[in-house]
Amino acid sequence: MAPYESDDSARAGDAAVLAAEAEEMRSARRRKAARYVVPATVLGVAAATIGLVPAFAGSGDPDLPKISAQELIEKIAASDVQRVSGTVKVTTDLGLPDLGGLADTLGAQGSSGGAGSSADPSSKLLELASGTHTLRIATDGPDKQKLSLLDKTSEYSLIHNGDEVWAYDSASNEVYHATGAGEEGKGGKDGKGREDVPATPRQLAEEALKAVDDTTSVTVDGTAQVAGRDAYKLVIAPRQSGSTVGAISIAVDAKTGLPLKFTLTPASGGSAVVDAGFTQVDFGKPSASTFDFTPPKGAKVTEADEVEKSGHRGDKADEFGEDFGKEFGEDFGADLGKDFGADFGTGAAGGEAGAGLKTVGKGWSAIAVIDSGAEGGMPTGGSESLGDSRVDGFLNSLGDQVKGDFGSGTVFKTRLINVLFTDDGKVYAGAVTKDALVKAADADR
Amino acid sequence: MSRAEHRDTADGGAAAAVAAVPRAVGAGGAPSRLWTSGLFRSELLTTFRRWRTLALLAVLAAVPVLVGIAVRIETGDGSSAGGGPGGGGGGGEGPAFIAQITNNGLFLVFTALAVTLPFFLPMAVGVVAGDAIAGEANGGTLRYLLVAPAGRTRLLLTKYATVMTFCLVATLVVAASALAVGALLFPLGEVTTISGTRIGFGEGLLRALLIALAVAASLLGIAALGLFVSTLTNSGIAAMATTVGLLITVQILDQIPQLDALHPYFFSHYWLSFADLMREPVYWDDLQRNLGLQALYAAVFGSAAWARFTSRDITA
Repeated sequence: MAPYESDDSARAGDAAVLAAEAEEMRSARRRKAARYVVPATVLGVAAATIGLVPAFAGSGDPDLPKISAQELIEKIAASDVQRVSGTVKVTTDLGLPDLGGLADTLGAQGSSGGAGSSADPSSKLLELASGTHTLRIATDGPDKQKLSLLDKTSEYSLIHNGDEVWAYDSASNEVYHATGAGEEGKGGKDGKGREDVPATPRQLAEEALKAVDDTTSVTVDGTAQVAGRDAYKLVIAPRQSGSTVGAISIAVDAKTGLPLKFTLTPASGGSAVVDAGFTQVDFGKPSASTFDFTPPKGAKVTEADEVEKSGHRGDKADEFGEDFGKEFGEDFGADLGKDFGADFGTGAAGGEAGAGLKTVGKGWSAIAVIDSGAEGGMPTGGSESLGDSRVDGFLNSLGDQVKGDFGSGTVFKTRLINVLFTDDGKVYAGAVTKDALVKAADADR
Repeated sequence: MSRAEHRDTADGGAAAAVAAVPRAVGAGGAPSRLWTSGLFRSELLTTFRRWRTLALLAVLAAVPVLVGIAVRIETGDGSSAGGGPGGGGGGGEGPAFIAQITNNGLFLVFTALAVTLPFFLPMAVGVVAGDAIAGEANGGTLRYLLVAPAGRTRLLLTKYATVMTFCLVATLVVAASALAVGALLFPLGEVTTISGTRIGFGEGLLRALLIALAVAASLLGIAALGLFVSTLTNSGIAAMATTVGLLITVQILDQIPQLDALHPYFFSHYWLSFADLMREPVYWDDLQRNLGLQALYAAVFGSAAWARFTSRDITA
């Protein structure tokens, strides 16, 4: 702009004017550059807001009266919250490869049997074992529960209303239906696992508390804000060494005694292995229509009885579901490692469940020992071959070779569970370090 | 055109154009505001009268027709899409909501939006936004636009408003076409939300409208980005190509798990959150995040476009 405005003076040819003009151009350029301060400021403010707001939000620990660990546990036990609805975020980081794919594979194998349904609860629950998931729960008394697993553009809902259990997978428009009677006939454990919403902070906390004994320290570690509510933090940690579990932290709602957040941190540090907590919670009565379900037109409905009759697939999937439910819902405390390891062990071996299962040690460092008897019956990845070289190679790439007084074997590691397959066909599994596994194997010899 | 450039272009040239700018800004007041709506209207007319724009809208309207006919043919034997024999395990494949289309034509609206949102819609917006300033510069009409006492800031705002209108129109074209095809080929009626609860058809339509608005809002980020790119160059083609290229790049980066930490900042990351409007109750978290992110992109790239456009020398 400047050159046009100073046309006349430029013609005058005065050196001083020329200098002034040059100065003006420079300042004009500076003014132009100054305009870019605006987008830069917007960006800076946004970045600061994103960075600082969580930091401030986290610093406001509520002021609550002091409470002992014993009192807090009693508070949890006495808690009788009948009505609750809210959003739960579950993050699981076992250090395993994405299990979603595995679940798909299993599902595909199963559905070749004919009666498969992607709405079958057990085939969905495995998805929770890795990654971050958003769940919605709603409970109104013992008869009405709803659990929804929110996927990107779809949702998986489990609805229990009186005698009926419905599962609806909106992605495939498939429905799974079971009636209360059928449910009980199936065996209490499975039924319970399904009715009780798995992975709710409350159940996780209850199971963890069962494990409290002389091997465990329980303390109240200040307060925290969870889902906008004041909560006490209960920390449960192993006293023994050798466990991969660092600590379990449970945030308990100060008013109702409902556990709001459950965090399991590994001894090795880093991010939590399991982190399940409410991000939003409401203790009002959920609307009755929440629990109403009629299969949509054209949806494929699978009855639980049919699945059971069809045998093979049902068994397998149910077993997985049961293991998983047990995992999350029932034995989450000290035996977590044991169960998980054992389940995974049997899973890997193709369902040779529980042949000669025994337990070494106790408390947090308990190790499950499975003696399959058959030498080389496990995918050791050593000289034994599974016949399928791809599988062999895959397993080898996952495992570490170890040697000890017991001979040699392969250790498969996750962030929580370690499993040792010895070459002579024994499996040691637990929420313990690799060294502890080798020691156990040596002692067992 | 009511662009008013003919009034004083005869002896105009760059000098007059530049001189006009400060006066217009200084004048302000009611007459200019009226003038803005005139400018906006003329911009809208120019944009929507272009063959290019009409062709883009026609392509967008064709997508739901194709999807609808494909689903109709595939499910002619009575099975539902994605849920056929042996499809039990793979039910999650295919575009979102496709399994429900056969039972309720309204779902074609959602499927069509889910299909067009990742690429077709933003590409169309990128073309229009990229062309907004650079196209004028390319055609040599930009300086004539600036001759009129509108001011560069106001012209830029008008351009952005036009692009935003295009976002909305493009989305509504897809939704309307999908609704028409869905109503023709499939039954309508009560809608089952993806949470498994039922809502009436009227509320379903309302949700569809909300979803269309959410999708249109999702495009505001790339609209601002395209406008900024458009102020950087005098070549309309280069601006469009850059915008669409950025779109594809971001979509690819959004798929790479190692870049997990960056994903929440990509403008396309929460695009599919519109599906949350079909939950019961609606899950607002991601929708809010999406809107916030689009507003942030609009603010950052809008102000960057302003900084660039108001300080650059207009030579064409």
